[in-house]
Amino acid sequence: MAYIENNPIIRLENVSKTYPAGTKALQDLSLTIQKGEFVFVVGTSGSGKSTLIKLLLKEIEPTSGKIEVNGQEVTAMKHKQVAKYRRKLGVVFQDFRLLKDRNVFENVAFALRVVGKSNYTIRRQVPAILTIMGLGDKYASFPRQLSGGEQQRVALARALVNRPPILLADEPTGNLDPRNSWEIMKLLDEINKKGTTVVVVTHNSDIVDAMQKRVITMKKGVMVSDEQKGGYSYDKH
Amino acid sequence: MTNISTFFYSIKQGVKNIHRNRMFSLASMGTITACLFMFGIFYFLLSNFQFMIRNAEGSVGVTVFFEKEVEQAGIDAIGNMLAARPEVDKIEFVSAEEAWEKFKEETFQGEENLEASFGEDNPLADSASYEIYLNDISKQAGFVKYAEEIEGVRQVNSSDTTAQGLTSFNVLVGYVSAAIIIILLAVAVFLISTTVATGISVRKDEIAIMRLLGATDYFIRAPFIVEGILIGFTGAVLPLFVLYFIYNKVIYYVQDKFGILSNILTFLDVSVVFKNLVPISLCMGVGIGFVGSYLTVRKHLRV
Repeated sequence: MAYIENNPIIRLENVSKTYPAGTKALQDLSLTIQKGEFVFVVGTSGSGKSTLIKLLLKEIEPTSGKIEVNGQEVTAMKHKQVAKYRRKLGVVFQDFRLLKDRNVFENVAFALRVVGKSNYTIRRQVPAILTIMGLGDKYASFPRQLSGGEQQRVALARALVNRPPILLADEPTGNLDPRNSWEIMKLLDEINKKGTTVVVVTHNSDIVDAMQKRVITMKKGVMVSDEQKGGYSYDKH
Repeated sequence: MTNISTFFYSIKQGVKNIHRNRMFSLASMGTITACLFMFGIFYFLLSNFQFMIRNAEGSVGVTVFFEKEVEQAGIDAIGNMLAARPEVDKIEFVSAEEAWEKFKEETFQGEENLEASFGEDNPLADSASYEIYLNDISKQAGFVKYAEEIEGVRQVNSSDTTAQGLTSFNVLVGYVSAAIIIILLAVAVFLISTTVATGISVRKDEIAIMRLLGATDYFIRAPFIVEGILIGFTGAVLPLFVLYFIYNKVIYYVQDKFGILSNILTFLDVSVVFKNLVPISLCMGVGIGFVGSYLTVRKHLRV
C-alpha cells in the first residue's frame, strides 16, 4: 500500500532538544511523515536519531517546538493520556528488550495484558501474529533458546500484536547478521504494505540503499537531507 | 472481562514478586508476625484485665455506716442521696440484725457455744449500713469522699488498693503495649517498603517495557500493592494460629499455678477474645501491607 499524500501521521515543527548537560541533540527540526510511509532515519552516533525516537515515545520532552502524532499534540499531552497514546505506537529496539524469564507466547501476550485484553483475545491473537512472524513452532521457547533474528521477530510480534498504526524501529538490525537483517527488513516491508507507517532508525547502509525508501539524514541534531527513494548518503554531508 | 483479567493478572504477579524476592518477603512477614503476635498478647492481657476489673467492680463495694443518733428517716435520706449518684450501680441497705446474722454465719461456723454466749445481744447494734456497688471502679475515690462529707455518716469503708491497683495496672499495660506496637508497626511498614522497593529495582527492565507498551499506572503498580497486602495478610494469619493454640494452655497454667487467686484470676473464653482479635489483626496486617507498598510505589513508580 502506498502512502497517502497530505495525510500526516507524524509532524514535528521546529523541535529542539537540549539535555541538561548542555548537549544539543536536536536543533529546530521540522519534518512530516505521511500515513503509510516507510522512512529510514540515518546518521552517526550523536546525530539525534535516538532522541527523535524518545521524543515520539514521549520518554523525554522537547526543549521547544511542537510534535503531533496521530492527530494528537504530544507536547501538550497530560500524564494520564501517555499510556493510551503509547498503545498506538509499536516499538522495537536493537537489544530486543524481551522478558528473559518468559517464553515467546508470554512475551507477546504481555503487550496485550498491559492494555487489559482478555485471556480469550490473547489466546486468539498471539498464535496468529507468531505464525505471521514465522514463529508458530517457537511459542514455548525462552529468549535464550532463540537466535538473534528470532528474538527480533518476537519483539516485532510484540510490537504489532496490538495493531498499532505506527511502528518505530530503533536499530532493529544492529545485533543481527546480514541474512537475519534482511529477513527483519522484509517483514517490516510487509507490515508497511499492510498499512502500518514504519520509521526505522539504522546504520545499515546496504539495506537503506537496497530498499529505496524515503531517507532522512541527520547530523549533529540537524536534518541534512530528506530524499524520497534515497540511499545511505551520510558520507556526502 | 478486561478488568477481571487485569485483576487476576495483578494477583498472580504479586505472588510471583513475593517468590522472586522471597528473603525480603519472609523478613517482612516475620516482622508483621512479631508485631501482631505482640499485639495479640497485649490484647489478651488488656481484654482479660478489663474482664477482671468488671468482675471486681461487681464484687468490690463501698460500705457506709451512720452516726448512732441518725433515725431511719435520716438513713433513708442518705440512701436516696447516694443512690442518685451516677457512678452507683447498686445500693443495698443492711440492717444491724442482718449484719449480725451475716457475721455469725461467717465467723461462728460450728461454734454454737461461742455464738450462744452472746445470747440476745447484738454487738453490731449500731452497724446498719449501705453496701454500694459502683459501675466504674476508677470513680471510687471521689464517691468515698462525697459519702464521707454527708451529715450523719460515721464511716465509709472501701477497698481502695484493689480498685486503684487494677485500674492503674490496666492503664500501664495499655500505654506500654501501645508504645511497643507503634514501634513494631513502623518497623513493619519500613520493611515492607524496602521489600517492594527491591522488587521494583529487580523488575526495572520489565517496568520500562511495560511503560513503552502503554501500561497504565494502575497496571504497573497493582502487583506491588498486591505483594504488600499478601505479605501483610500472611503476617497477620500466622500469629492468630499461634495465639489460638497457646491461649488456653497459658490460662490453664496460670490457674493451676495461682489457684489461690482463682477469685480474681477469671479469664475470657478464647472464642470471645478471637471474635474481635481476628478482624482487628487482619485489618492491621492488610493495612500495614497496603500503606507500606502504596507509599513505595508512589515514590518509585511514576510512569
